[in-house]
Amino acid sequence: MLEAGSWVELYRVVLPAGERAAQVPVDTATLPLEMRVRGHLLAAAGMGAQARVRTASGRVVQGRLLGLAEPYRHGFGPPVPELLAIGPDLRARLGWGRPESE
Amino acid sequence: MNSYAAVMARRSEIMRAAVGIDYDRFETGQIGFHYQEMMAQIGYEPAAVEQIQDELGVGKTPLRELANVTELVRQLAPAGKGARILLKDEALNPSGSFKARRAAVSVYHAQQNGYPGVISATSGNYGAAVAAMAARCRLPCIVVQEVFDSRGVGQPEIIEKSRRCEAYGAEVIQLTVGPELFYVFLLLLEETGFFNASLYTPFAIAGIETLGMEIAREVQARYHRQPDMVVVTHAGGGNVTGTARGLRRCGCQGTQVVGVSVDLRGLHMASDRDFNRKSFTTGHTGFGVPFATWPDRTDVPRNAARPLRYLQHYVTVTQGEVFYATEMLAQLEGLERGPAGNTALAAAVVLAQELDRDQILVVQETEYTGAGKHPTAQLAFARQNGVQVRSGDPRTSVPGASIIIPSQPELLGIKEVELGQLRRSYLRKATQGRSRIDRSDLEFLAAEVGLGEEETREILHGLGVTAQ
Repeated sequence: MLEAGSWVELYRVVLPAGERAAQVPVDTATLPLEMRVRGHLLAAAGMGAQARVRTASGRVVQGRLLGLAEPYRHGFGPPVPELLAIGPDLRARLGWGRPESE
Repeated sequence: MNSYAAVMARRSEIMRAAVGIDYDRFETGQIGFHYQEMMAQIGYEPAAVEQIQDELGVGKTPLRELANVTELVRQLAPAGKGARILLKDEALNPSGSFKARRAAVSVYHAQQNGYPGVISATSGNYGAAVAAMAARCRLPCIVVQEVFDSRGVGQPEIIEKSRRCEAYGAEVIQLTVGPELFYVFLLLLEETGFFNASLYTPFAIAGIETLGMEIAREVQARYHRQPDMVVVTHAGGGNVTGTARGLRRCGCQGTQVVGVSVDLRGLHMASDRDFNRKSFTTGHTGFGVPFATWPDRTDVPRNAARPLRYLQHYVTVTQGEVFYATEMLAQLEGLERGPAGNTALAAAVVLAQELDRDQILVVQETEYTGAGKHPTAQLAFARQNGVQVRSGDPRTSVPGASIIIPSQPELLGIKEVELGQLRRSYLRKATQGRSRIDRSDLEFLAAEVGLGEEETREILHGLGVTAQ
């Protein structure tokens, strides 16, 4: 159960598979168009229940309660060896840096 | 009724209310419309745009000389070749991209005309730009984005753009893949009565003209010559159109305007499967080609961005080359910027080798970088989604299957897109179902494809259309 006022995420199917635009490719046409939106929960509700939120623009939106808004987890990722090689090569071409030593 | 078909059938009336422009009064002949009149009457004059942008803290970004990249280019180029490369650091706009210029005018216009809020449908930097300007102008804002595939997985670059919009106080509607984003957008416009801060109104394009004007003035003041070439990342056509118009306003009629897109040919832009197999969400051929050959496919009846009028060349680069250019910019110039904004830079390294040493090439944008919008994040994500990433010759890469980071700068290249083919394709669509067109339509079509009337008449003749 999440309290009223919690910052949550709602889910809705906007267009079920079969009601999608004629021009979408086959792989997309077999899927529903889904939506997620965040907002403050207007009344206490359980996970998976229909609930209403007030969004950042002030609208009231109804949908299935997914839970508290997911944290942002995107980052920088691990170092990429193919990129790491670029700097030293270009700098050496321009005559920068010092010769490698043991 | 809110079925897809029912809402699409109401699109014209929804749009008319949401942008407040009577497009009908510019229509002429069977095909054409008065483009320049529309721009002059609906857009804002350059001085007014500059004033709005000054007030909102947008524009007047630094034009940086890339001395080290220029030196590298001169090493790679034949003797006597290798233009001086300048970079317009648009990442320093509020919200981190040149899109702030478009958003400033649109949101100002919405505020002045009493709209209760603004909406934008975009997964690009424009969302954050509208959100930031809306905050500044005290208007609520909704941004509709295509974010996830059917597994609920989103590219780090788009997730970051969602976060950025929320940071500026916008409501973000996150959708799975599909062009019906436009349907959601229409429903929201109808429900809220908000202004459609479209990328393609005369307001938005007028906002970019200052970018071209700043480049023209600063290059002439500093180097006492006009820029010889301005290289522009091309997607929906606004960047090319606005920049070229601004250059012309400042007398740079001889400056070559070159559009550049990331080559994503072969990937379907509305495919759930392909969605996360690309590392670029804009600035690519999936927008660049269709918007050049049919600009009015957009969210307003008449698109103010008409790239074939302004492009002298259109080239593509690969995803791997753009990541390379991004790393090069950081390592040689101490400028860490977002990859998508460096699409034009990747091409510039090659184009500058064809120009003389005393010539000037301007790369007209950068965009912000950060978590998600970064080569390491995007390449790691590509690998997780089954795309092979390796070092080698980028010409052998296949969009959606492989990203090849050039193993040496000699391997950077460009591929010319035949403008002649795009022009023919445009003319075929524009005259579909007709065998004759009248004089005013010929005049319009010639201007649309950037050719003379006789050349246009000849191409039309080849398509089975007689122009009177």
